Amino acid sequence: MPKLHELKVGLEIPARTFEATEVSLFLYNAAIWNPHRIHYDEPYTTRVEKHPGVVIDGPLQGDWLTQAVVNWLSDDGTLIEFEYANRKASYLGEKLTTGGIVRDIEAEESIVALELWVKNEAGDITTPGSAKVLFDARAN
Amino acid sequence: MSNLIDDEMRKWIGREDPEVRMEVTRRDIVKYAIATEQQQEKYLRGDEAPPMFLFAADRPLRALDELGPDGLPTDGMGPPLPLKRVMAGGTKQRYYRAIKAGDVLILKRKLTDMFEKQGSSGPLIFLEYLITVTTEDGELVLEETMRRINR
Repeated sequence: MPKLHELKVGLEIPARTFEATEVSLFLYNAAIWNPHRIHYDEPYTTRVEKHPGVVIDGPLQGDWLTQAVVNWLSDDGTLIEFEYANRKASYLGEKLTTGGIVRDIEAEESIVALELWVKNEAGDITTPGSAKVLFDARAN
Repeated sequence: MSNLIDDEMRKWIGREDPEVRMEVTRRDIVKYAIATEQQQEKYLRGDEAPPMFLFAADRPLRALDELGPDGLPTDGMGPPLPLKRVMAGGTKQRYYRAIKAGDVLILKRKLTDMFEKQGSSGPLIFLEYLITVTTEDGELVLEETMRRINR
């Protein structure tokens, strides 16, 4: 796991690829109690809301970005701040890859800033994000 | 730039919604962890909630006859808008304390801003909310600025 004194700006955190399915989107929207039909009703989504397909929830992609951070961090620190913006919609069938780099290191405060992204298969960033993590003193 | 936001709509800025009281259960955490493909045991066992677990938990639960043709509650999360199709816009969260099974949380939401932007496929209206989550004892758990887009 990362040690604060070994980190360098520009270091990449591990990438992970997600492929949402009808089942995973159903379960996610059930878990957050989101009845919006664009996440499970394809005829409605394409005919009425004019999307090319069932929409992968923006906050689900936000969640995947938090996982990029907390899985990299493991027990060596805490996520204290996180933000993302849904710039480009993604649709069922797309493979989305999360990743990020170390953007800034405040060694005295044990705080590390990360730049994050969700990329589609074309390599476009669909959901940019950022996070701040606080490293535990014992992990330094 | 068109002017889609009028003074009537603007009056909603600053409005607070009724607070939501939420009992966090291990089972709900596990459901969320499975659906989001979490990999850490503490989440999959339901000991602790993943960071985005509370997404949409500030919204009131509506009966089926209070849901519109798009599936969403007809009373919305703000004024009636000339652009009807809703999309997620993003969020900024600050975490103060881990959420554990058994916690009883109070979620408060306030509409803080409303503005227009020109998107690639037409005009967009952004609604911005401040969401504050505390324990029943008033301990701060999370602060969030959340955006929704109407297109």
